[in-house]
Amino acid sequence: MAKYLLLKHYRGAPASVNDVPMDRWTPEEITAHVGYMNDFADRLKETGEFVDSQALTPQGAWVRYDGEGRPPVTDGPFAETKDLIAGWMIIDVDTYERAVELAGELSAAPGAGGKPIHEWLEVRPFMSPSQHTIAE
Amino acid sequence: MNETLLRGLTPSVLGILVRRGADFAAAEDAVQDALVEAIRVWPTDPPRDPKGWLVTAAWRKFLDATRADAARRRREDLVDEEPAPGPAPAADDTLRLYFLCAHPSLTPSSAVALTLRAVGGLTTRQIAQAYLVPEATMAQRISRAKRTVAGVRFDRPGDVATVLRVLYLVFNEGYSGDVDLAAEAIRLTRQLAAAIDHPEVAGLLALMLLHHARRAARTSPDGGLVPLAEQDRGRWDTRMIAEGVAILQAALVRDRLGEYQAQAAIAALHADAPAAEETDWVQIVEWYDELMRLTDNPVVRLNRAVAVGEADGPRAGLAALAALDDSLPRHTAVAAYLHERDGDPATAARLYAEAAHKAGNLAERNHLTRRAAHLNALR
Repeated sequence: MAKYLLLKHYRGAPASVNDVPMDRWTPEEITAHVGYMNDFADRLKETGEFVDSQALTPQGAWVRYDGEGRPPVTDGPFAETKDLIAGWMIIDVDTYERAVELAGELSAAPGAGGKPIHEWLEVRPFMSPSQHTIAE
Repeated sequence: MNETLLRGLTPSVLGILVRRGADFAAAEDAVQDALVEAIRVWPTDPPRDPKGWLVTAAWRKFLDATRADAARRRREDLVDEEPAPGPAPAADDTLRLYFLCAHPSLTPSSAVALTLRAVGGLTTRQIAQAYLVPEATMAQRISRAKRTVAGVRFDRPGDVATVLRVLYLVFNEGYSGDVDLAAEAIRLTRQLAAAIDHPEVAGLLALMLLHHARRAARTSPDGGLVPLAEQDRGRWDTRMIAEGVAILQAALVRDRLGEYQAQAAIAALHADAPAAEETDWVQIVEWYDELMRLTDNPVVRLNRAVAVGEADGPRAGLAALAALDDSLPRHTAVAAYLHERDGDPATAARLYAEAAHKAGNLAERNHLTRRAAHLNALR
């Protein structure tokens, strides 16, 4: 088993195929989308592949140390130029192929017009916690 | 209350229930209920025969749970007819569980989880912690595994190779939280070796012991990776090495070589060298050749290239490496090492940095980055 992080971006990913901003969807479309995401997570809980899932607000800031005794620097009003993470899901699956299959399924969540969004999701393997002894 | 005693008894009690025809999931529930009762009753009223007590209690719980009103009379008769649990052949029953838990219909991760639960007697929480997943996730994984094997009956022995693969998977997970999975895998493999006479079971047990004996020397105090050649051999567990070597020798004598015995032989040759320079690389290469005859595993071929590099010089190692697919994990790291040995620090540094980029765990990445930085500083 290996863990993978599925990252959903507000910005920074290539454009979705069905690229209509959520605030122009109908309420029913939004409900359908949220329902799809919840069902997806529930299904992974059922198969024993679910680890964690969180949504993030878009209010990200960059922070940096600014020297002894000074408050940290945070970046200005230019956040819209950055890559922003909208949320993540962590899965624990048998193979990389399974991780890609699940990401593909998640990307098919319905959006405007009830059609799949085809959004790009980033799939990142976790560093494994242990040293595998076979190749010592 | 002796938790170790209970954990040791759990698999054989479970095995007896399964042999008597109880469905696996129902048997497991019944054993859990019996354990709860044991924890309540034993401190004031300790049984003379703990295992017999548990079998009787678990069988009653099983019957209680499956009893339907319509069938009550018939089942109660069955209970009366059931012979008292005597000194049953415990090993055979536990063995059934090993094969059930490693059933080919299960995915590797399900097989591992079920084995730790049913044969190892670990709690779902402990298994979840060891694998860093939520307890609910692990509970689902285990109950799905139980459903998968629910209809399986045992009329012939299972595949030993599958059981060994599952145990080796557990061993390679190492440890985290309060359960040391390497030690747990050794405990279970010991139990299996006591129940079944098979040279490869002995081979795997020897292999695990020989690897485990070096564990203290394998990481620095800050968690960094210490390569075999740089390990403080004084920190190796010599008693464990001696045990591993003895088990391996007894297995090899039987002349039924398998891949675990061959791997253990390589580990034994490493463990046998008083200093890294005294390692018998020529013999190690010969064992890798045996291993390649037994299994066409690319990781084996990669490791063989390293051994050839030590036995016949880095050029020979690089020649062996050139024949392999360079997308193999650790291929680049091996190339870096051989170029370093060949006196080409510039190429080695570049390859170490590239290998660090591809590394799958943090200790390894840090180690490779350090090697690259070290060589770059020399230039």
